[in-house]
Amino acid sequence: MPKTLFEKVWDEHLVATPEGQSPLLYIDLHLVHEVTSPQAFDGLRAAGRKVRETKRTIATVDHNVPTEPRGTPILDPIAKRQIEALQQNCREFGVRLYDIDSPEQGIVHVIGPELGFTQPGITIVCGDSHTSTHGAFGALAFGIGTSEVEHVLATQCLPQRKPKTMLINVKGKLGEGVTAKDLVLGIIGKIGTDGATGHVIEYAGEAVRALSMEGRMTVCNMSIEAGARAGMIAPDETTFAYVKGRRFAPTGKDWDAAVERWRSLASDPGAQYDTVVEINASDLAPFVTWGTNPGMVVPITGRVPDLPPNGADRPNAERMLEYMGLKPGTPMQEILVDRVFIGSCTNSRLEDLRAAARVAKGYKVASGIRAMVVPGSQKIKQAAEQEGLDKIFQQAGFEWRESGCSMCLGMNPDILSPGERCASTSNRNFEGRQGRGGRTHLLSPMMAAAAAIEGHFTDIRNWRFN
Amino acid sequence: MQPFRKHKGKVAPLYRANIDTDQIIPKQFLKRIEKTGFGQFLFNDWRRSAEGVADPSFVLNQPQYSGASILVAAKNFGCGSSREHAVWALSDFGFRAVIAPSFADIFANNCIKNGVLTVVLKENETEEIARRASETRDYKLTIDLEQCSVWDDQGLTAGFKIDEFTRHCLLEGLDDIGLTLQHQAEISAYEAGHPVPAAWKS
Repeated sequence: MPKTLFEKVWDEHLVATPEGQSPLLYIDLHLVHEVTSPQAFDGLRAAGRKVRETKRTIATVDHNVPTEPRGTPILDPIAKRQIEALQQNCREFGVRLYDIDSPEQGIVHVIGPELGFTQPGITIVCGDSHTSTHGAFGALAFGIGTSEVEHVLATQCLPQRKPKTMLINVKGKLGEGVTAKDLVLGIIGKIGTDGATGHVIEYAGEAVRALSMEGRMTVCNMSIEAGARAGMIAPDETTFAYVKGRRFAPTGKDWDAAVERWRSLASDPGAQYDTVVEINASDLAPFVTWGTNPGMVVPITGRVPDLPPNGADRPNAERMLEYMGLKPGTPMQEILVDRVFIGSCTNSRLEDLRAAARVAKGYKVASGIRAMVVPGSQKIKQAAEQEGLDKIFQQAGFEWRESGCSMCLGMNPDILSPGERCASTSNRNFEGRQGRGGRTHLLSPMMAAAAAIEGHFTDIRNWRFN
Repeated sequence: MQPFRKHKGKVAPLYRANIDTDQIIPKQFLKRIEKTGFGQFLFNDWRRSAEGVADPSFVLNQPQYSGASILVAAKNFGCGSSREHAVWALSDFGFRAVIAPSFADIFANNCIKNGVLTVVLKENETEEIARRASETRDYKLTIDLEQCSVWDDQGLTAGFKIDEFTRHCLLEGLDDIGLTLQHQAEISAYEAGHPVPAAWKS
């Protein structure tokens, strides 16, 4: 029977299918960060258990780390304690840690691929919902809670109910100025924030094939914002070229064997999905969110929507607009911003920074706006500096900072003040996400850079590049 | 894990759609390294002002809902971040179950691991429960996991479905790491056929 990409990876990882229980899935790679792991390590200690496979477990600190120059003391004692707990746990249990002073530290979903750990056909989990990012390589990668982190540390397995499958087929080509971020925002806008609940999405079609690995990671990253368990893209030459030569990727004969295996992962012709969604790339535009969930998207040329008619949805919409400080009918391009954030596991890779720098080059950030660029990892920061991107940003008036999750969720000191409005390349515009009372609008790196310069949202398709 | 068999408790209505885990437990409280003590921060930014003053209009601040152990919400409850702290906060606050038309996957998984039952009912049923909880003082529901059924004292009854294995684990309060370790031989056999990649061993 023809199989989908997901089914192939799933079947390959079944350790046991006990009668009356959930199937037991083997986990090839477990990524760990400081926020969702301390209680899991405590659980191991309490039960006298070890980490079953330390070579399949890698850790980094990303959520809490300040993005000021490294060596700046961490002033928040609770954050400091959490980082120290991870350091201590990694020492005690023998887990590889990319610590705060490591030249390879970075956001967990950035460094996994960057170091070559993330590979096609493997299973990956992390106590973080944006683990879906790694599906860009044709891996089955999903977020888990802390109890499951403990489970994987102890057993290298997870009991999992088999999810449903959803194909999202994107026909045609993305227009100029329409990026991977706009593609995924468009998808979430169409299917809703629970549109893919219980499903693993496979993204396919001409527009997806044409994306770089960075773009594919952006798309898969936000699968969770549509409620999906995971997002996947079949590996191809673009994937192999990205993985080849990375430090933890296969080499020599192992590489050849791996590529041959990876080529067989693509969904078979005639494979069936539980749900199929068709998207025309030509219908997509640069998008901006207006509300407090990632499904509330409008094209940049659009307006804040009217309130729905009286009914169950109206109080929610009213609440959303009040929180966002917006009135129905306001053109998106007239909305002024206070802050700009370019970073996060969605959009902090070299390609994202290049795109934003191309927009910023030769311009100045509008007066009164604070704009920051936070590279996803130390390696990206270094590569960007070698290309001079840091100079372009700094000359334009952007802050150029150290790597971490930063203002995507504001667990470190990078937060919005109440009422501040932020153009953000991150993934969630929930109430308070970037700081209590803060107002987040999600958009692409180019659109964010343009908003910083203009002081309001603006259509990147009309930009005059220097 | 605390087993869940049958529970009768007061219902608190928070009938909003898409309540995300950032609301259930805001990020400033995720830095603790313990599993305990999160209840005080449940829905913090909705419960109190930045200065810490309680908002009397928020349901969990209203005296009639004090001691509530069942929360009823609208669709897609628990979406967003995977933070299990959200469940620890609900549980620590005293909630044994959440009723909604749908739940986000990771949140629902996290609930099971902590003996918190997620009850999926039809939209009209959840709406009706939320209405009764708003209008009836001291409104209580009984949730019976053996029967997969929910009822009140005013004639409302509703059935729900739950994965059989999940139901079994909740009824017995099973430690699922222990269950997985019963497959030790199969795990080792799988690993023998799928060794750690050579490059990862360095």
